[in-house]
Amino acid sequence: MSAPTADSFRAEARRHIAGASREADHPRSPLVRFGPDQPLKLDAGVELAPFQIAYQTYGTLNAARSNAVLVCHALTMDQHVANVHPVTGKPGWGEAMVGPGLPIDTDRYFVICPNVVGACMGTTGPASLDPTTGEPWGLNFPVITIRDMVRAQAMLLDHLGIDQLFAVTGGSMGGMQVLQWAASYPQRVFAALPVATGARHSAQNIAFHEVGRQAVMADPDWHGGRYFVEGTNPRRGLAVARMGNHITYMSDAALHRKFGRRFQDRANPTFSFDADFEVESYLRHQGVMFVERFDANSYLYLTRAMDYFDLAGDYGDVLANAFKGAQTRFCVISFTSDWLFPTSESRAVVHALNASGARVSFAEIVTDKGHDAFLLDEPELFAIVRGFLEGAGRARGLPPARG
Amino acid sequence: MLKRLTRDMTMADAARTPGGARVDLAFVADMVAPGARVLDVGCGDGELLRLLAEGRGVDGRGIELSREGVNECVAKGLAVIQGDADTDLVDYPDDAFDYVILSQTLQATRQPRQVLEHMLRIGRRAIVSFPNFGHWRIRQQILLGGHMPRTDNLPYAWYDSPNIHFCTIKDFRALCGVAGARMEKAVALNAWGSPLRLNAPWWFWNLFGEQAVFLLTRKE
Repeated sequence: MSAPTADSFRAEARRHIAGASREADHPRSPLVRFGPDQPLKLDAGVELAPFQIAYQTYGTLNAARSNAVLVCHALTMDQHVANVHPVTGKPGWGEAMVGPGLPIDTDRYFVICPNVVGACMGTTGPASLDPTTGEPWGLNFPVITIRDMVRAQAMLLDHLGIDQLFAVTGGSMGGMQVLQWAASYPQRVFAALPVATGARHSAQNIAFHEVGRQAVMADPDWHGGRYFVEGTNPRRGLAVARMGNHITYMSDAALHRKFGRRFQDRANPTFSFDADFEVESYLRHQGVMFVERFDANSYLYLTRAMDYFDLAGDYGDVLANAFKGAQTRFCVISFTSDWLFPTSESRAVVHALNASGARVSFAEIVTDKGHDAFLLDEPELFAIVRGFLEGAGRARGLPPARG
Repeated sequence: MLKRLTRDMTMADAARTPGGARVDLAFVADMVAPGARVLDVGCGDGELLRLLAEGRGVDGRGIELSREGVNECVAKGLAVIQGDADTDLVDYPDDAFDYVILSQTLQATRQPRQVLEHMLRIGRRAIVSFPNFGHWRIRQQILLGGHMPRTDNLPYAWYDSPNIHFCTIKDFRALCGVAGARMEKAVALNAWGSPLRLNAPWWFWNLFGEQAVFLLTRKE
């Protein structure tokens, strides 16, 4: 594949902005609007109102309203966990995990996946129209936190009439939301399943995010976050940001297995800066695909939210205090080759849960697929998620799986 | 005498654990009060935790070193974490459990004394089961065979054995003294997996007990 040219970028920009803002304000998902009387109180000290949450659901809520599973999506994902994505036309990011007969079995559970606050697929974020100005929020959007995302999700559940979730699960940034849920609303969470995550964003992870943000901001098409007014789109910056982040989602071993030092459609190096290597071509492709469906300012806001996440910080720097007296059952999962959220981060969560007397399981899964393993075909992950939910389901009095 | 020994071994093999269940587990489970909070250190595939949960309504947790064991347990719905008895018990607060169980794991720890002390700190009671290295068959293999013993319970060659700290019943009693543990109950099991006479003297247990199960409390 050849590198996209500047012209093709520009041609894409207008089309993209039209498409993105349409999805940001009028998503092809169910929508709940919260009026000025129901503001979202943000950690930044301001209120967001009015605002809206776009979400997808799968399965049926039972009469006792006891079978709801909240799936929290990761940084670059959205609510389309188990259906064809309306923008990309690709299968949902969690289609191997969520569905009839799958570990998160939609024949048994009522699965809800909301788009997080700050994102760009229908829940209010910087790409949404600011009703006071009539143009997108851009950098006028308040900085949001993981706790703000969870607060908004709690309002969605109130709206849906669900007092207690049977389970909350998610990987990476989704896992942060799971931990925040357990800390903020312990009575509303029967079981929590955080995957490939941590109770804080490490210095190294903040550093990677900063590189990504700087790549976006260095793109002249970003225009201080007002690209929507200029009719541009900082595609190159966002693509570079995505390329950098994508490396952190994989592992050296996985890159070697997939690409090695192989050349892309050629036998010899071209002695140029063309994408000679397969791995280069792959990363460029990832970058291009990403800007198709993601808003550059949203990327800034969501990476910031992850950076600010430090659960212990809200509890006197003692993580165990975040889970004091928790009746929630936890299952923490990490992957051996994940260097973005290494097992040590999960262990810190497990230690805190032990210290607070919570009921916790912890499994580290051997894989060379890196951080992204939580999205991939990992039979051991599926077996553990299925077993954990079945055990919790028995304790919650849910009927056993059929067959 | 020789005839009796031969019979002893044959019967031991014949009587071994229908279905593969370890005989000591039933005796360990017997010492646990119903509904108690239990931490099983080195819980393997979770057999004991399941026994306790189903039979006694116990709120059980486990620590297991092997990833396969942990993942098997979690997939069964048990609350088990991957961890090491030698390094991870320190993370548990005092009096977090009613019982802390170490079944057939003591001999595989690097610091048996510290492990036992942590168990007595974390739990109000500790239950330890271990293979008795003082059993006459083991003594016989060293004395007459001149080699490190291998039995059905301890099948490993010395060079690839996970067991690095063997002890006899007599040794374990001494450890209890050092670690500040009071013996509440003890059972020695013979090769058939049945308990030896209660009123037998310790030397008798030490010679004929193939395994021992101890219920301990902290000496205040």
